[in-house]
Formats: sequence, structure tokens, C-alpha cells
Amino acid sequence: MNKIIFALFISFLQIGTFSIGGGYAIIPLIQDQVVNHHGWLTPQEYTDIITISQMTPGPLVVNTASFVGIRIAGIPGAIVATLGSIVSGSIISILLYNFFKKYKKLDSISNVLRGLRSSSVGLIASAASTIILIAFLGTSSLNIRSFNINITAIILFIVSLFLLRKYKPNPILIMVLTGIIGLFAYY
Amino acid sequence: MNIQKIKLYLSLFRITFSISAFTFGGGYIVIPMMRKYFVNGLRVISEQELLDMAAIAQSTPGAIAVNLAVLVGYRISGIAGAIIACIGTVLPPLIILSIISFFYKAFRDNKIISAILKGMEAGVAAIIVDLVIDMGQGIVKEKNLLLTMMAPAAFLASFVFNINILIIIISCSILCFVQVYIRSKKGGIRNE
Repeated sequence: MNKIIFALFISFLQIGTFSIGGGYAIIPLIQDQVVNHHGWLTPQEYTDIITISQMTPGPLVVNTASFVGIRIAGIPGAIVATLGSIVSGSIISILLYNFFKKYKKLDSISNVLRGLRSSSVGLIASAASTIILIAFLGTSSLNIRSFNINITAIILFIVSLFLLRKYKPNPILIMVLTGIIGLFAYY
Repeated sequence: MNIQKIKLYLSLFRITFSISAFTFGGGYIVIPMMRKYFVNGLRVISEQELLDMAAIAQSTPGAIAVNLAVLVGYRISGIAGAIIACIGTVLPPLIILSIISFFYKAFRDNKIISAILKGMEAGVAAIIVDLVIDMGQGIVKEKNLLLTMMAPAAFLASFVFNINILIIIISCSILCFVQVYIRSKKGGIRNE
């Protein structure tokens, strides 16, 4: 039992350490560890867990860690795997933050941070575009062969954006509302 | 003093927990949510600081949502804050996934849940676009051509050309470093 717990921790530590930028780029990384290397999940189970991770809140890595952990070694497994997946990112973030804070007065460092900020906006826009493609056209790739234009999603998007720009509501409120409308529109 | 600290810890936990419970549509949604609560609501962090943290959270390995929560917690009340924010962020998915793992086939095929999620996609997209507009305006205001061009360039590199995020971040950092180096050679760093 202890051996499995340890293996879970090391495995998700690796996943957490080598996933930069999050999102869909880490799906093959997790698959390699969890399906190919350790055989903890079957390929079918893995596809399911990716689907479920997208349906449930929380980061993909944490979701997968919880799911795999609990199936392999119950609640302790879930906790250990989750811990493994977050520990290196958290520590490196804090170190980097302190580094930038300490040397903020240096022009080179503050300019690098400003550059990171700019590229960060571009990367966020890229994430938004992927979601827009999925919501509007039902595809996440740019080479669109077969797609359906989803008028409901486009209207929901425009109305939400208008409300956000004009009244600055809580984002959670927008998500609850679009979720409820989605239930009526798509069910 | 102590009571105030406990209050701060509690609200940090409550906010990170509720943000995490609504992290649908990828980790990027936490940035506008954090802004709503910590910048506009509690006013404990400035908009600039949040952007710095978001940039760092993206440049480091691991989940953006967790990294950002850890940084916000750390900024507000040190290591204790970081740990509390981290627990607050990790707990909702841990609980939800643990429950779901027992009957995941039923959940996966549930039509009601997928209809709700389909609707939420549009909302998530709008929330992130709203943030991008605000952040983009902030960058243009800085009137630094390299920085202004960097946002669309990073967007193209990531979205159109699928270039690894790590490569994008490293090249942007090098470019900015070079920019300061060139300017310092010219002797005019301060007055742009």
C-alpha cells in the first residue's frame, strides 16, 4: 500500500513539474504516466476522466490526480496524488515571485516582468479563442472541416460580454445564468 | 490583531474555495474571478500586481489556478496564506472528483449536465474576453511598442502556430531583456 502511495506521489510530481501552461498540452503527459507507464487506468477510463475533468470544476491536473488516486488507493491516494501534482508549481511560483519582487528596481528584471505580462495577455486570449471555437463551432482546431454554427452560444456570448462590460457583475453569476439557459436551450 | 488575522484567513479560504468550485472552462477563468474578489472587492491587491502574478503563474509548471491562488495567498499573508489558498483551491475538485469516481459512467453520459456545461462555455468565453480587453488596454497605455506587439505575437504563436507555451515565455523574456540592454547602451533607460 505504501509503495503505491509513494508511486502515485512521484508520478504526479513528475506530471506537475513538467506541465507548463496547463490546459490541453498536459493531456498526453498524464496519459503517458497513468496509462502507458503504470497502467493505473485503461485507455477508455482515461478518455472518460478527461471528459469528466472538463465537466467538473478545477484544474485538469488536480481532477485527474484525485480521480486516479481514489481509484488506486482511496482517499489517501487522492490526497497524495493531488499534493504531488501541485507542490512543485507552488514552490517555484513563490520563488519566482520573490525573485521578481526583490529585483524589481532593476530595469532589466522589471522589463522582463512587463514582457511576461504582455505575453500572458496573448496567451489568455489564445485560451479564450479556443473556448470560443468550441462554443460557437463545436471544434477546437483551426482547420475547420465539419462544423455547426451555434447561434444560441453566439447570442449568449454577446449578451454576457455586454453585461460584463456595462454592469461588471460577478463572473460566477454569469456562469450560473449561462448554465441555466444552456439547460433549457440544449436539453 | 489575532481575530483579524483569522478573519483574513477565513475569507481567503472562502474566496479561493468558491472560485475553485466554479473553475469551469480551464484555469484561465480564475484570473477574472481573482480580480473580482481581491482587486475590486477586498482591495488587498492592485490590478498590476495581479497581472504580474498571473504572468508568473503561467510561466511556472503546474496548474495556473493553483499557482495563482498560492501567489495571491502568499502576497496577502505569507506562507500561511499560500497554504490556506492552496487548500481552498484544491479541496472542491478533490471532493467532487472523489464522489464522481464512484459512478462516473452515469455522470459522463448525463444529458442535463452536458447541457448546462454547453451553456456555460459561452459565459466562460465572455468572462475571459472581458478580462483580455481590460488587460490589453492597460498594456497599450504603457506606450512601449515591443510590449504592445508582444501580446498579439504571443496570441498568434500560441493559437495559430501551436508553439509550446514555454518557448513563447522564454523568447518574450529574452526580447525584453535585450530591449533594456540596448537602451542602457544608448544611455537612456529612464526617459522612454
